[in-house]
Amino acid sequence: MINFIWAGLIIIGVIVAAFTGNMEAVTNAAIDNAKTAVDISLGLIGVMAMWLGILKIAEEAGIVEKLGNLLRPILKKLFPGIPENHPAMGAIIMNVAANMLGLGNAATPMGIKAMQELQDINPEKDTATDDMIMFLGINTSSVTLIPISTIAILTTAGSLSPTEIIGPTLVATLVSTTVAIIAAKTLQKLPKYSSTNPLRNAKGGN
Amino acid sequence: MFDSVMNVINNFSIPFIILAFVAFGLYKKVNVYESFTTGAKEGFTTAVNIIPFLVGMLMAIGIFRASGAMELLIKIISPVTSKLGVPSEVIPMALIRPLSGGGAQGMMTDLVTTHGAQSMIGRISAVMMGSTETTFYVLAVYFGSIGVTKQRHAIPVGLLADLAGLTMSIIVVKILF
Repeated sequence: MINFIWAGLIIIGVIVAAFTGNMEAVTNAAIDNAKTAVDISLGLIGVMAMWLGILKIAEEAGIVEKLGNLLRPILKKLFPGIPENHPAMGAIIMNVAANMLGLGNAATPMGIKAMQELQDINPEKDTATDDMIMFLGINTSSVTLIPISTIAILTTAGSLSPTEIIGPTLVATLVSTTVAIIAAKTLQKLPKYSSTNPLRNAKGGN
Repeated sequence: MFDSVMNVINNFSIPFIILAFVAFGLYKKVNVYESFTTGAKEGFTTAVNIIPFLVGMLMAIGIFRASGAMELLIKIISPVTSKLGVPSEVIPMALIRPLSGGGAQGMMTDLVTTHGAQSMIGRISAVMMGSTETTFYVLAVYFGSIGVTKQRHAIPVGLLADLAGLTMSIIVVKILF
């Protein structure tokens, strides 16, 4: 899928540009975005190091594990591949909590920590597990309770009640998260995907 | 009132989390400074690991957006979506949302300013912005950080979630306002 989408964006882009005369813009966009990608990645180093450091303390103090065990009864249906007492569950919970509170710069390092913990129990390191995809599905469905930056834009644009969008946003988010969970659970059963599940032979990872 | 509450939450939550973890670590007799530096060491490699994935993704998205293919796509699908009651003004933003968070936010700001923050179009675009994510960026960063290239059904799941968020934004705003 990623191969076709990635190649598709490039192939369609270049062909269309040949007809629309946007070839120079395409050249600049490709080079500029490559540079932006590096800027973004390198810009993450500081905040990433800070949070991974704090999270290491949390892990060694047993906070991550405790948090995971606390919510495990609810979450083990969503993430059946995570063994008991494994820090992956706690890291996932921290990421989702940070996202809900709108703490974007803490959420990303916590999410990456969760992915690293999930990778720890993944026997095929180049292939995504069902639990990783469930986690990312929930993540990309956006679980923000209060969209702070959007509210700020509405305020600037002169809205008299910028917070009126919180309710509708929450409803739309709840539906999209539900769709993500159902989609992940349904698609992982398709032969195409179940046959490539790295945990297909393991107990507990369906 | 709401703004000041939000400010307090924003300003306090991160220092509070740091305080809580460090204090609890000390209480549990963890060598907090040593643990911190051990964890922090991974920050550099993690960020560097993401580079190739993000360069690949942002380059492809940049080519697609700059080519004018987006406008072509909008022309093709807008007759269908307008029959379904989707305001044509929000289509470009909806399409760009999974590819570029900054791009979508710019378009939203534009829609809100042009049509009014409390117009139907303004509200729909704001709710869309808050209830969806930049799926391709999230996948590149998260899978990139651990070197996973075989993503299986991750993209269909992410895009279905985005589609649900975008559709619900329109429905909810139309019902509520």
